[in-house]
Amino acid sequence: MALPNKPNWELLAEPDLSKVPVVEHEYDALIVGGGMAACGTAFEIGKWMPKGSKVALVDKASLERSGAVAQGLSAINTYIGENKPSDYVRMVRNDLMGVVREDLIFDLGRHVDDSVNLFEEWGLPIWKKKGSEGKKLVEGGEPVRTGKWQIMINGESYKCIVAEAAKAALAEMGYDLFERIFIVKLLLDANKPNTIAGAVGFSARENKVHVFKAKAMMVACGGAVNIFRPRTTDEGKGRAWYPVWNAGSTYTMCMQVGAEMTMMENRFTPSRFKDGYGPVGAWFLLFKATVTNGKGEHYVKSDAAKAELAKYSPYGQAAVTPTCLRNHLMLYEMKEGRGPIYMDTAAALNRFLEEKKAAGMDEKELKKYWKELESEAWEDFLDMSVGQAGLWASMNIEPEKVGSEIMPTEPYMLGSHSGCCGIWVSGPNEDWVPADYKWGYNRMTTVNGLFTAGDGVGASGHKFSSGAHAEGRIAAKSMAKYVRDNAGFKPTLKQTAEELKAEIYKPVVTYYEHYQKTTHEMVNPNYIKPRHMMERLMKYTDEYGGGWSPYYMTNGKLLEIAMHHLQLLREDSEKMAAGGLHELLRAWENLHRIWCVEDHLRHIQFREESRYPGFYYRGDFNNTSDTDMDQGGWKCFVNSKYNPETGEWSTFKKKLHTIIA
Amino acid sequence: MPSFVNPEKCDGCKGGEKTACMYICPNDLMVLNPDAMRAYNQEPDQCWECYSCVKICPQGAIEVRHYADLAPMGGYVQPMRGTDSIMWTIKFRNGNTKRFKFPIRTTAEGSIKPYAGKPEGGNLDDGLLFTETAGRATLTPAQDA
Repeated sequence: MALPNKPNWELLAEPDLSKVPVVEHEYDALIVGGGMAACGTAFEIGKWMPKGSKVALVDKASLERSGAVAQGLSAINTYIGENKPSDYVRMVRNDLMGVVREDLIFDLGRHVDDSVNLFEEWGLPIWKKKGSEGKKLVEGGEPVRTGKWQIMINGESYKCIVAEAAKAALAEMGYDLFERIFIVKLLLDANKPNTIAGAVGFSARENKVHVFKAKAMMVACGGAVNIFRPRTTDEGKGRAWYPVWNAGSTYTMCMQVGAEMTMMENRFTPSRFKDGYGPVGAWFLLFKATVTNGKGEHYVKSDAAKAELAKYSPYGQAAVTPTCLRNHLMLYEMKEGRGPIYMDTAAALNRFLEEKKAAGMDEKELKKYWKELESEAWEDFLDMSVGQAGLWASMNIEPEKVGSEIMPTEPYMLGSHSGCCGIWVSGPNEDWVPADYKWGYNRMTTVNGLFTAGDGVGASGHKFSSGAHAEGRIAAKSMAKYVRDNAGFKPTLKQTAEELKAEIYKPVVTYYEHYQKTTHEMVNPNYIKPRHMMERLMKYTDEYGGGWSPYYMTNGKLLEIAMHHLQLLREDSEKMAAGGLHELLRAWENLHRIWCVEDHLRHIQFREESRYPGFYYRGDFNNTSDTDMDQGGWKCFVNSKYNPETGEWSTFKKKLHTIIA
Repeated sequence: MPSFVNPEKCDGCKGGEKTACMYICPNDLMVLNPDAMRAYNQEPDQCWECYSCVKICPQGAIEVRHYADLAPMGGYVQPMRGTDSIMWTIKFRNGNTKRFKFPIRTTAEGSIKPYAGKPEGGNLDDGLLFTETAGRATLTPAQDA
């Protein structure tokens, strides 16, 4: 056989840069990303942009199935309906341990249902209560609520539907859609300080670099996955809980042009069905299942559990225990040797049957009822986490007969689910919003013209799919306003197209300069492969940055070591190498991962307390301080900023305002 | 559970402009080998098993083999996605089989006219989205207390 000293990719990258064309584009507004938030922006923006404006959306994947909802979803987790937006703020605030931007959350709560109504109009099937089947939400149809905020859907095609509407809106306005172009770097204006002027990326299908100029930009490329050592050891790495293609691009790209970040210490460590990472929400809320420890005890009701929660008052003693503290209790049981933790699926399903039997349901009806129940249970997985269904099939698991293990996963960074790391953005320009929370354009970052939404917006979690879409729309209107107000602005790039091409394609040049210097292209002292960058990152974040293997524990000393390893990794990333276009995609993704994790750990280093027990702990400050920053406490935001001029980082406290009592 | 391609069924989408699986994979994994006229998954350990390629393949040539490092052999989950519903077949390691059918959308594919019957944008300086009228959308926290 041939020596393995050649690039092993179908689409090879071109190291002779004279053969790599650069396409230059100019737009008024540019949308980067293709998930729910970006689709929301694409839908809304056409109705607000000045007539004759040019707009484009650039997605590294294909819009129909890109983003976190690619696979589908079995529920919409934010639908306000009969509730009040102010109660939504209270729920989010308690779940995220008190430190949130109430203005952003309230604003989202005002608008989110409009997006849900549109989804239904476009064709998304939403479950209705008996008696209002066939009635749309806007016609008074009553959704099947699993919790106060969640509604059930038949969501296999959720993303296809939302993407179809976004595409149709772009087409109707004469706007452009670019798929399979990966934007990897934002570009600041040459003349106007702290102002966005464009972005650069490359095609994953042909050797071509794309340079975009734009007056306003939306950057909504999701959160960060594969940043901590996964619990799996090989192929299962793909079975990340959040989509494996989210590489922290939103955070890194915005950070690199100087956008102020907020709550980057926050992470989300979901507890999910072990190994398959199937959703647990419906099991808890719809089927009312309980969790037990290895001894079969309902440990959350124990005195020991209550004592643990009391340590984190007032959050731990609220009617609904925050997500991180639910993890904390689970970890407590496991560390005490009382694992594993089980979701008692069998008891839950059988209780429904027993109830019906007791109410006099006959055998035939009971059988029919069971069919429906079973179908609902499996659909929950098949709509959004098929792999979990596959694992149950492989393990011969029938949920009505046996429970399944629940396990906290590896940590993820995100701002739209039960996490809140992200970018510091302006709130609505309204009187009730504190002055230091607003600077004219709702959802604009601290960089002029740069907007974000969904996972990008920090300190405002629990948006989920519907909220991300609504937030993309809110930002779209602000972008149009910014473009109108800055009609005379002509973006000018600092770098030439040729300089940008050389930077983007450097990993390709590096690879082809060295690849034949050994007999195996994977083992070569002259370069580092993207795969190896990711694996090194995940090893050290896990060991020193509070991954799952030390039970999410870190401390100041360990973090110092982590930062040293990250520094070395960033130095080595200068020598990252890519032989194919797919590998070039991975190279840039992994560079994005390294940067956003560095900011994550800087924030954990700075915050001298453990704000999210169950997500991470600082052994040297293993408590939660709930006093205001003016009294020296940590009930405040931690923000950070990378200075693109000097390459220096700063991390600092930022005042928290309570708007809703 | 990475996706894999059955070479008996895959026809490389006949070398057309768009190889369906390559077009749809959110993680840039599926790729066509033009010499063999067959597609393959170029990085199986980065497969999210989202089934986008399985669902879109016009030949039904793509299946999923469970993640080798966590799943015992023999489990199998395969969809048949139509225009308004999806049918799932689940085969257990012990040979048991279950089938489920779920609706996926209430409108015809490609029929969405997002702006039909919708208003134009109103005042660019207020907080209303173009489909919204006052009401909850203009609430303030004080009014919602």
